[in-house]
Amino acid sequence: MTEVVITGLGATTPLGGDVASTWAAMLDGRSGVGVLAQDWAEQLPVRIAAQLAVDPSEKIERVRMRRLDRSEQIAIIAAREAYADAGLEAIDEDVDKYRLGVCFGSGIGGAITLLAQDDILEASGPRRVSPHTVPMLMPNGPAAWVGLELGAKAGVHAPTSACATGNEAIAWGLDMIRSGRADIVVAGGCEAVIHALPLAGFASMRALSTRNDEPERASRPWDKGRDGFVMGEGAGAVVLERADHAAARGAKVYARLAGAGLTSDGFDIVQPDPEGGIRAMRFALEDAGLTGADVKHVNAHATSTPVGDMGEVRGIKTAIGDHVLLTSTKSMTGHLLGGAGAVESIATILAIKNDVVPPTINLEDPDDALDLEVARGTKRETVVPAALNNSFGFGGHNVSLLFVKA
Amino acid sequence: MTRDEIREGLAEILEEVAGVNPDDAAEDKSFTDDLDVDSLSMVEVVVAAEERFDVKIPDDEVQNLKTVGDAVSFIEKAGK
Repeated sequence: MTEVVITGLGATTPLGGDVASTWAAMLDGRSGVGVLAQDWAEQLPVRIAAQLAVDPSEKIERVRMRRLDRSEQIAIIAAREAYADAGLEAIDEDVDKYRLGVCFGSGIGGAITLLAQDDILEASGPRRVSPHTVPMLMPNGPAAWVGLELGAKAGVHAPTSACATGNEAIAWGLDMIRSGRADIVVAGGCEAVIHALPLAGFASMRALSTRNDEPERASRPWDKGRDGFVMGEGAGAVVLERADHAAARGAKVYARLAGAGLTSDGFDIVQPDPEGGIRAMRFALEDAGLTGADVKHVNAHATSTPVGDMGEVRGIKTAIGDHVLLTSTKSMTGHLLGGAGAVESIATILAIKNDVVPPTINLEDPDDALDLEVARGTKRETVVPAALNNSFGFGGHNVSLLFVKA
Repeated sequence: MTRDEIREGLAEILEEVAGVNPDDAAEDKSFTDDLDVDSLSMVEVVVAAEERFDVKIPDDEVQNLKTVGDAVSFIEKAGK
């Protein structure tokens, strides 16, 4: 089968405005979670979130910012970095745009635009609503803008599967190259919905941590004191490339994307059925022609919710085995929703590339049922030949990606 | 309000909405051909101009406003 490799990475996250700063902060075990100082947060039961470390306005000029939802701004920033990192920016004129694709999703879309324009509608009437409203809030907006930015003509796709979106986009990119539709795909996910309504909605589900007094300690996957996830905003992008195409142009290669497993639970709109995740992990292994024994490390979905975290651990033991070294980088980034799978794929890829697993912070009092090894508190230097990244989303979407050393 | 005052006000709107350099917003300049104002941004310019100059610029009229000078003339007349 066609081999697909990763040749570029890009991100903007609560830990840093690019991949290098995000990765350095992860290895240091820093938290990106803080108090929401905005006025609208005062009324909320949850007043913490993981906000971007670097505001998009530092990288995108003012007039452009007006026409882009925040999710689109960060999608462009991450994709641009990945494209340049892959060495493609430098040879842009020689890139065959008819063989360049984009798979980029968001979990929720342009909610901030929707809310802001609704305020304008209510206060000043319909004529004042921005003519840019629709392209700013449409869920394919981030993918479309990334496609425009890079001039991609092979196809632009926008998978939407809640918190599995980032992983699903990368899985679609893999399919796009394997099926012969593209040589290069910029794939990833983004989310930027830190605003009163989305926070209130998740809080009403009792899905969010209310540890308002200790924001940096609020995201604590697998810890007995975990009380929900912390909403974060951010974007991640990877450049997927057919291995022989990358080799022919002498591109640097981070890792190989060896397989993907996608399943649906067919069970409940919000409650996960761990069986769905188990099948996704098994399909990823099968797709890669590997067994659980080959997998050294899992970047878990583990969001810091009471039920989800331990269900996944049981699933990993069943599908992969009890020898893996786990981590949840959400302990530092918060939960980036549609951006989570992409940013965590980058962490997984860099773990393989650099033979170091970033830590899970705040795991002070592990759940009694946690019987897998976790990179607890500090990074773990260890050879990582292959690693799996899990993402599960509301709606019962499960996507596991298996990366191996190139 | 003088033509110059209206033109200056429009130039400010064009800078805010479309990033047009105020020095470029001369009366003979075409919104689309010279100043690169696309159709959606033109809608923003019109709505902002209505608010700023307290006039109504009907949608039917907008297509006749090819240049900055056309807009200045319309606003000058409509404001009287």
